Amino acid sequence: MAGTVVAAMPTLPSRTATHLPDGVDPAGVLWDEVVAPGGYTSLVVPAGARLRLTDVDGDACAGLLLHRADRPAERLNVADTVKIQWQAYLGPGSLLLSGQGRVLAAIVDDTSARHDAFCGTSTKAANAARYGDGAADGPCPNGRDHMALALAKHGLGRADVAPGIDLFKGAPVGPDGSIGWDGDVRPGTHVELRAELPLIVTVVDVPHPMDPRPDYTVTALRVTAWRGAPAAEDDRVRTATPEATRAYLATEREAGR
Amino acid sequence: MSEVVYDEVVRARAPWSHVVHTGETLRIIDVGGNQAVDCVLFDAHDPTERYSAPDTVVAQGNVFLVPGTTLMTITGSAVDRHDTIGGACSKESNALRYGFHTVAQHACVENFLHEMGLHGLGARDLQSNINWFMNVPVDPDGTLGIVDGISAPGLWVDVRAERDVLVVVSNCPQVNNPCNGFDPTPVRMVITR
Repeated sequence: MAGTVVAAMPTLPSRTATHLPDGVDPAGVLWDEVVAPGGYTSLVVPAGARLRLTDVDGDACAGLLLHRADRPAERLNVADTVKIQWQAYLGPGSLLLSGQGRVLAAIVDDTSARHDAFCGTSTKAANAARYGDGAADGPCPNGRDHMALALAKHGLGRADVAPGIDLFKGAPVGPDGSIGWDGDVRPGTHVELRAELPLIVTVVDVPHPMDPRPDYTVTALRVTAWRGAPAAEDDRVRTATPEATRAYLATEREAGR
Repeated sequence: MSEVVYDEVVRARAPWSHVVHTGETLRIIDVGGNQAVDCVLFDAHDPTERYSAPDTVVAQGNVFLVPGTTLMTITGSAVDRHDTIGGACSKESNALRYGFHTVAQHACVENFLHEMGLHGLGARDLQSNINWFMNVPVDPDGTLGIVDGISAPGLWVDVRAERDVLVVVSNCPQVNNPCNGFDPTPVRMVITR
C-alpha cells in the first residue's frame, strides 16, 4: 500500500513538490497537497509563509479559516475585514484581519478575484436539504463539520468555527441586498496569501452555500506553502492605505518586529 | 391583548442581556432615533447554538435582515434596514479605522465581552452579530458604507423567540461615524407574551 499515489494527497517530503510557481525554491516548501473535492486540510505555517491556493480544474470553492497559531482565540474576523477596508469583494491587495485589529494575512497575488465574504460555508442541515445528505462521512460533506474536525485536531472546538471566507466563488450583492452566485468553471486560477503572523490555516473544499446546481459539484484544490518574509516597511500592501499601515503597525508590535 | 412582562431602558453606550422565552416577543425601540443596537443571540440552554450571520444571509438570500429565521423571527419592523455584515465596533478596529487616539473610547466588543462573561461566555463565543437599525449598503463595486441610518425616534423592531434565547445587546457607543448620528442615545426593551 505504501507508495500508492492518488489524485488527492500531500506531497512528502514537501521539498519534492513539483507543481511550484516560478522562482520558488523547493527547499523552502512547507506544504504541498491536493485536497479532494469535498475534503479539508489544515496546517500551521510560520509568519512570512506564502500560501497559494490553486483551483486546479476550475470548480473548487475554498472555505478558509485563519487562527493565530500562538493564540487561537484571535482569528479571522470577516466583518472587520470588509468594514475596515470598506470593501466587500476581496481581491489583490486585500488584508485578512483579525478581530483584534491585526493583519493575519495579505492577498499578494490573485488571478481569480472572485471571492465571497458573506455566505460562510455549508452546514449539515443545508446539505441534507439540498443534496439529500450532509454528513461528514457521507457523499456530500458539509464545510462546517469539516472545519470543526480540522480545528479539533488543534485542540479547538465548535466555538472556534467562526464565519470564514470562500475563495474562487463569488456572491455578488444586488441593490436590494439580494445575494447572487458567480461560479462558472475557470480552471487554473490561484490566490496567494502572505502570513503576517504564525497561523493555523484551515481549508475546506466544498460547494458554495449559494451554489444553485442540484448536484454536489466541486473539484480538487491544490494548497502550496513556502517560506518567506513578512511585509517589509515599504511593502505595497502595507502602505496602500492609512488603515493598512495602522493594521501592520499593530501586527508588528505584537510580533516583536 | 398581550401582556408586558419586561420594560426597561438601556442607557446610551451600555450593555444589556436577557432571556426571551419561547413565544415571547422582544420589541427594541430606538428611543432617540438613528441608534445602532448591536446584538448576538444564543440558545439559552445550549449556547453552542448561536446567531450566525452567514447562515442567515444564505437562508434568506439577502444581506439585509428580513423576516424569517429560527432562533428568533422578525415579526415586524418600523425600519426597513437592519445590518448583519458590518460586525461590532471594537477598540482595536476603531484604532485601524480612525487612528490609535481612539483606543481609549468605549466600544461594542467591550460591552459584549462584559455582558457575555456574566453568562459564562467568552471571546471565542463572540462570532457574528446583528446591528439593529443600522444601514450598511453594498455598492455594485463592493464598496461598503456605514451610512446615515434611516431610523428615527420611536421606531422599533419586533423579534419573537422561537425557543428560549439569551439576547445580548450593546447599545452602540460609536462616535466616529454616523451609525448613531454621532450621539449615542438610550434604547428601550419591551418583552410581551
